[in-house]
Amino acid sequence: MDNILELTAVELAKKIKAGETTSVEATEAVLMQIKEIESEINCYVTVDEEGARRRALQVQRQIDDGTLTGPLAGVPVAIKDNMCTKDMLTTCSSRILENFIPTYSAEAVLRLEAAGAVIIGKTNMDEFAMGSTTETSYFGVTKNPWNKEHVPGGSSGGSCAAVAAKETYFSLGSDTGGSIRQPSSFCGVTGIKPTYGTVSRYGLIAYGSSLDQIGPVAKDVTDCATILEAIASYDSKDSTSVKREDYDFVSALTEDVKGLKIGLPKGYFAEGLEEEVKQAVLKVADELEKKGAIVEWFDLPLVEYAIPAYYVIASAEASSNLARFDGVKYGYRIENFDGLHGMYKKTRSHGFGAEVKRRIMLGSFVLSSGYYDAYYLKALKTKALIKKAFDEAFKIYDIILGPVAPTTAPKLGASLADPIKMYLGDIYTISVNLAGLPAMSLPCGMDSKGLPIGVQLIGDCFDEKTIIRAAYTYEKSRENKEA
Amino acid sequence: MKQYETVIGLEVHVELATKTKIFCSCSTEFGGAPNTHTCPVCTGMPGSLPVLNKQVVEYAMAVGIATNCKITQYCKFDRKNYFYPDNPQNYQISQLYLPICRDGGIEIETAAGKKVIGIHEIHMEEDAGKLIHDEWEDCSLVDYNRSGVPLIEIVSEPDMRSAEEVIAYLEKLRLIIQYLGASDCKLQEGSMRADVNLSIMEVGAKEFGTRTEMKNLNSFKAIARAIEGERQRQIELLEEGKPVIQETRRWDDNKEYSYAMRSKEDAQDYRYFPEPDLVPIVISDEWLKEVKDRQPELRDEKMIRYKEEYDIPDYDISILTGSKHLSDIFEETVAICNNPKKVSNWLMVETLRLLKEKEMEVDDLRFSPKHLAKLIEMVESKAINGTVAKEVFEHIFMEDVEPEQYVEEKGLKTVNDEGALRSTIAAIIEESPQSVADYKAGKTKAMGFIVGQTMKEMKGKADPAMVNAVVKELMDLQ
Repeated sequence: MDNILELTAVELAKKIKAGETTSVEATEAVLMQIKEIESEINCYVTVDEEGARRRALQVQRQIDDGTLTGPLAGVPVAIKDNMCTKDMLTTCSSRILENFIPTYSAEAVLRLEAAGAVIIGKTNMDEFAMGSTTETSYFGVTKNPWNKEHVPGGSSGGSCAAVAAKETYFSLGSDTGGSIRQPSSFCGVTGIKPTYGTVSRYGLIAYGSSLDQIGPVAKDVTDCATILEAIASYDSKDSTSVKREDYDFVSALTEDVKGLKIGLPKGYFAEGLEEEVKQAVLKVADELEKKGAIVEWFDLPLVEYAIPAYYVIASAEASSNLARFDGVKYGYRIENFDGLHGMYKKTRSHGFGAEVKRRIMLGSFVLSSGYYDAYYLKALKTKALIKKAFDEAFKIYDIILGPVAPTTAPKLGASLADPIKMYLGDIYTISVNLAGLPAMSLPCGMDSKGLPIGVQLIGDCFDEKTIIRAAYTYEKSRENKEA
Repeated sequence: MKQYETVIGLEVHVELATKTKIFCSCSTEFGGAPNTHTCPVCTGMPGSLPVLNKQVVEYAMAVGIATNCKITQYCKFDRKNYFYPDNPQNYQISQLYLPICRDGGIEIETAAGKKVIGIHEIHMEEDAGKLIHDEWEDCSLVDYNRSGVPLIEIVSEPDMRSAEEVIAYLEKLRLIIQYLGASDCKLQEGSMRADVNLSIMEVGAKEFGTRTEMKNLNSFKAIARAIEGERQRQIELLEEGKPVIQETRRWDDNKEYSYAMRSKEDAQDYRYFPEPDLVPIVISDEWLKEVKDRQPELRDEKMIRYKEEYDIPDYDISILTGSKHLSDIFEETVAICNNPKKVSNWLMVETLRLLKEKEMEVDDLRFSPKHLAKLIEMVESKAINGTVAKEVFEHIFMEDVEPEQYVEEKGLKTVNDEGALRSTIAAIIEESPQSVADYKAGKTKAMGFIVGQTMKEMKGKADPAMVNAVVKELMDLQ
């Protein structure tokens, strides 16, 4: 089969099940693709060739003897390097974890393994998921497969680039402020950030605990829904995990948006949004309207407060979450030091990159006595107000539609020089995390530079199904047009 | 010289008696090879998450209810951030903003009378691991077995004015918690730890003086000595016109002196914030009622009941109820043999004597109530006499022997064969003409000699009452 890499995850699993190909063949194809182009893209921190081959054989046997029957059985997957994988290097793309091999696997990883997925390796990311370009990785920059002069977005840049470059069939990403959706948009792939509490965070190395959520990155909506169904679960090991009524996301894969009320927040289409992105996104609204949805403009208040609130809360949590990386128990420790505090200081100074240190300092500052009320507490109040604003909107609309990012993928090196500008780029994705909502990013066109544009569909809490349904409807109509 | 008053508040840490740790399912058992009671959660591995042990909340609630606190029905955990290797995450999960219990108090009694000591709050938190310095290898090692063992911290109001009040407060607190089964509260083993906040002010002053906090107090005696030492130190400073510095001091009980550990200026900013990995604890009215209904009888109630139910002296009641363990033994024994007076006697006299002799604590008592009950029954039925009973009890006390079996094996049973006794006594009288003569001359003491000889002949196994009666009868016949 010469086009095996073109298949989606679900298509591949079907062919494996039908005996038309094997997990081993698919795994070899992915490893071959990695051999060919990984040196240019650099979307992996670790490629576990041997492990993947061994696992593919094992999985294939289980498929053959009928013990593995799920829709992802035998499919190669890549895992963002902030999720623990037992006996496999897990670095968060940081020097401080350059040699860290976990003793256990993240719950989401275990669930994928149980579904018969074959782990190819661990994908590159912004260090500790802090960044929007995958340029802050200790292990080098990941490049956008569409144009290697450009970034893939971040922080799950490796996961998204790997899917776009066909160095995997699908991957897991994590999204704290847009880290699945924005790189999905930049790389022309599809990603879901689920409702907070839907996928267990156990084994996800925390950045902003109250905002972090694991989600799928894949080639299309069907894959995303299928992967989400595989990884979503109530997990007693994660206290913030929610017992949902439904975990059957695949059932939402229907072409039906009749009467669906879609709101376009005016603020999401205002100044700062590139015209080409704006037009592509509005076309999605038009398309869905043609299919029977009702589209209306509305005012979503407080959008401008989301970024400061987010950077206060996420940095505060990060400053504490990252305290455990101290050179005592695991990971990097500097060789020459003077006393315990000298070891702490030198290890952390050398072990963390600039962006991580910036956020640790910011977070430590806002939690300091005398500043807590003015910054952290105020940010928490803002978060609650933003959630309320969305609650109000979802009384009227089933879906909120908008851009994922103000621009398409910027050029390498253009973002880090101006962190404030980079932070502002998160404007359309961040409030979703603050409100704990599910949102999806899917491709909706290309700009004149030949870079992908993404559209964002935001749903009410626990209403992934509605956004999956709308996304699926749009995707089908686009396919029909292209065909 | 000016008159000074001492103002003392306590922070008491108590290790809760849960089987598993506060945020993971590792064992809380003391001892064990280093780092064997550990998992990714209690060693702070990346990606691990805490899950609250419900039993910790219930113990904390029980202590709060027993100390008349208000229970915070919507409470949260917070992170206290500080770097130290015994603290694997470099933050401790504790409670700052919404502690589980607030505004309580307990009544203490000292020579000066009764007094209520206020409790400001009780909060739940996790214990840290242990840092061990290996002098030989010149390196430090960490044992995380204790990391994540649940603690409650009971913060009193600054209501105490003397070491005597402090000890009374601690004794009372310890008894309450032991009665609840929430902890064994052993100071020496560290399952109860007290930090003393102390300041001095002139009698009648409106404002408290600057306080110091004293740590490393491992016994009630050390606490009393540390309070006296610190009081003297602060008075001397004030008398010399020097200021008391707000600082943490470490008490050295051998040198009977405290050393400054860190001053307020060095105090860390713990950057507390709500723990995002845990959800708020919502204590429903039903749950609260459930815990309240399950509260066991505490000491004060028990004392009243003993007075009503058992005809035993007040002093005995206060000793018996002074330990949950002792009162349990008492009640279980009474439940079997239904003889509270005799049970109390055995505990008050022989048990306490042996404890003192063997240098043991009440909590070390390991004998079975059914064996003590059996022993009492054997004495009552005259199967053994009092002297033998004491001997048997010592073996019950030490080895928890079954008394009937033990008496059988050692042949200690009282000989109740009157015929044999009579002939033994008759023979002894025959061989003791002098005693008979003395007795006839009115020296009744002479009878004692015959009784003694008889007991000796019978190897102590005769019933003394019977021996007395027969000796008298036969002597009178002479």
